[in-house]
Amino acid sequence: MPDVIVTDRLTKYYDRRPAVNHLDLRVPQGSVYGLLGRNGAGKTTAIKMLLGMVHADIGTAEVLGEDSSRLRPQTRARIAYLAEGHPLYRWMKVGEAVRFARAFYPAWNQPLVEQILDHFELSPKAKIRRLSNGQRAQVSLALAVAAEPELLILDDPTLGLDTVVRRDFLESLIQIIQRRARTILFSSHILGDVERVADRIGILVDGVLRVDCPTEHFKGSIRKLVLEFPGPPPQFPECVGLVGNRQVGRKLEAIVVGYGEEHRRLAESLSPRSIEVIEFNLEDAFVEYTRGPRRSLPIFVGGEPDA
Amino acid sequence: MEFHIDTASRLPIYRQLTGQLREAVARGQVQADERLPSVRELSRTLVVNPNTVARAYTELEREGIVNTRPGLGVFVARPKPELIKKVRRERFLDLLDHLLTEAVHLGFTAEEVVGMVTERVGQFQWIRD
Repeated sequence: MPDVIVTDRLTKYYDRRPAVNHLDLRVPQGSVYGLLGRNGAGKTTAIKMLLGMVHADIGTAEVLGEDSSRLRPQTRARIAYLAEGHPLYRWMKVGEAVRFARAFYPAWNQPLVEQILDHFELSPKAKIRRLSNGQRAQVSLALAVAAEPELLILDDPTLGLDTVVRRDFLESLIQIIQRRARTILFSSHILGDVERVADRIGILVDGVLRVDCPTEHFKGSIRKLVLEFPGPPPQFPECVGLVGNRQVGRKLEAIVVGYGEEHRRLAESLSPRSIEVIEFNLEDAFVEYTRGPRRSLPIFVGGEPDA
Repeated sequence: MEFHIDTASRLPIYRQLTGQLREAVARGQVQADERLPSVRELSRTLVVNPNTVARAYTELEREGIVNTRPGLGVFVARPKPELIKKVRRERFLDLLDHLLTEAVHLGFTAEEVVGMVTERVGQFQWIRD
């Protein structure tokens, strides 16, 4: 299978800080790739570079065999993109949004879009500004699917949707996957969604792709390393598989995917007093590490945490 | 046969599916030659990638638990004693030792363990000589 997306050392700086750092990504044709990461990990920036909407400072990206920064309109017509938050022109009606999108895609499948809107019980006469977040997500998905794209890129499509709507949305996505060998790249911060839908999973941590493996290899190789030190603990060295680390009192906790000898050696190189390796559920790890900036407040400073 | 998946589980989805079918076969909840849902059907009802379901069926087929009849679907296979007795015995004793180790550490007596095993044996469907 040829690769539909290939990036080579793709890098973007914002304020001298790398938002995406030497990203090497390959997405084979017909596969579903789930890109996970905390808010601000670089998912959206990476996606925008793939689409030529943000210019890379270093490295290259190729999509459908073309340089991302110079995609021809004919090539763009083979890609559908669902931007984060499902932006649509709020003054349009659903039917107008359909007519508007149709103009960009020669392979447009009108019966399909009507069928999907009907399934979601969305009238063409409905005003977009009156729709809920979930309904706007459904309209965007219908528009993206009707374009019959070879490559579908979705930026956190289930963000802000309630559990029921999210499940509905994933169900539709599964049906799209079944329709034909179509390549899908989607980002999310909900592991459960990614695991259901993706063939391969990547995790971005501060702009670096730390994990890139088949979905089934993902679980079972996750460990939480707890290192205890006589004094304040150091940081865990940056390495492949490290999805997060934090200091709790005199302990250093690190979450590692694909745990192996290398991680063991790195842990030992810090000469801790003890090393404990605990099997860990990634959903828990993710909840812990996706909580956002609140986590960094120095709540425990000076005090011994009760953990 | 009702499959279900738990994304909070430590097991990958395809392993959850293979585990459930193996157990259902062992408990006699599904019978040989029973038709199982197709990859498409199962993928849709469980809301998982069809490749994951296909992977589970491939694995089960390799283990001789199901077979795919082209154009007809996936069926529960007839059990065949493929492995020679010695290998099967070794594999089982290995598992048994794991269980007994746990039982010791959980503080059960030998009598209690034998009692529980006897009770559970009745819930499964066994090959008759």
